[in-house]
Amino acid sequence: MAKIIGGITTSHIPAIGKAISLKLEDTPYWKPFFDGYPPVRNWLADKKPDVVVLFYNDHGLEFFLDKKPTFSIGVAPQYISADEGWGIATIPPVTGETELSWHICNTLVEDEFDITICQEMKVDHGLTVPLQLMWPGNTYGHIKVIPVCINCEQHPMPSLKRCFNLGRSIAKAIESFDKDLNVVIFGTGGLSHQLDGQRAGFINKPFDLMCMDKIVNEPEELFQYSVRDLVEQAGAQGPELNMWMGMRGVLTGKVTELHRNYHIPISNTGAGTMLLENN
Amino acid sequence: MSYLDNPTPIPGTYIFDGKVAAKGFGLNKMCYTFNNKEAREEFLSDEPAYCEKFGLSDAQKEAIKNRDVIGLLEEGGNIYFLAKFTGILGFNMQDIGALQTGMSVEEFKAMLVKAGE
Repeated sequence: MAKIIGGITTSHIPAIGKAISLKLEDTPYWKPFFDGYPPVRNWLADKKPDVVVLFYNDHGLEFFLDKKPTFSIGVAPQYISADEGWGIATIPPVTGETELSWHICNTLVEDEFDITICQEMKVDHGLTVPLQLMWPGNTYGHIKVIPVCINCEQHPMPSLKRCFNLGRSIAKAIESFDKDLNVVIFGTGGLSHQLDGQRAGFINKPFDLMCMDKIVNEPEELFQYSVRDLVEQAGAQGPELNMWMGMRGVLTGKVTELHRNYHIPISNTGAGTMLLENN
Repeated sequence: MSYLDNPTPIPGTYIFDGKVAAKGFGLNKMCYTFNNKEAREEFLSDEPAYCEKFGLSDAQKEAIKNRDVIGLLEEGGNIYFLAKFTGILGFNMQDIGALQTGMSVEEFKAMLVKAGE
């Protein structure tokens, strides 16, 4: 049976992709951020996952506002990284896992999560930057990726509880999949940031640190925060915490925090990296 | 009751809900095309004509012309799509942050660093 081996949280800010392209990892601005990754990469190298279920949001590459799914899942054999308009370098195609993707979709709809199922999906920095961070030099060719996209661009957005339960249902699907696959879950985006409005640049370090503490063993305590609360306390883009909660929902076993890093600022953001093992 | 039913504004913050999405549809649709290189070039070759093609309101056209990010938000712009417009102009997120807050880019960056202390 497929096994959920752990979860990883990471920022997916485009500036990170640019820093990688320009080889700025060891410069004073970037070093405290990139220093958070070797322990995660080592764990991945040791555990050798076959599949990544990757929670992200699409910032206007695949989806326009003419049709904006709340939850969408890729079932494609391959995903293409494409021009986003403002200059981030694209990365080589990403391999999908169609069989497990469809199995997840079947389970989700049975569980009353009426997701949008995508046989073609361009993937933006939300998905590509985490792959670049985990597998430097774009050496992710051996990994199969299942994109799970959550709307964070247009209100109304789903609650933390809903995203956690989406994760729970995805866990049920993975754990009932009849193949010996090791699956790791990425929760990308966040933490506090605000790109737009006169309050642009707002970051809330105490709130971010509280979220990082709670998500390990008391994720349900975060359910008390509505999407509006997240906007107020973690900035207009604070609802990206939803991807972390989706990831956390998939971890159904005993969760152990193996590593964390938190750094301000990366671009306009408080960037949190966590490695959670699931036993 | 939806969290969007709370009428109290959040200072300095725009909530991109259905009403705003409807108002900004043409503007955001135009910005969505900027994923495409040919569209960016067409825009730069004749900005007013390109805005006209997407039925922008006079206020939206004016805000595009003036590179007025707050004005674009007021007129229904969605930050992720506006970023594709400001990207054409070579602005990054700190440049946009400075524009919106009335700070210099250096002041804006210093504020971000301070948030980490």
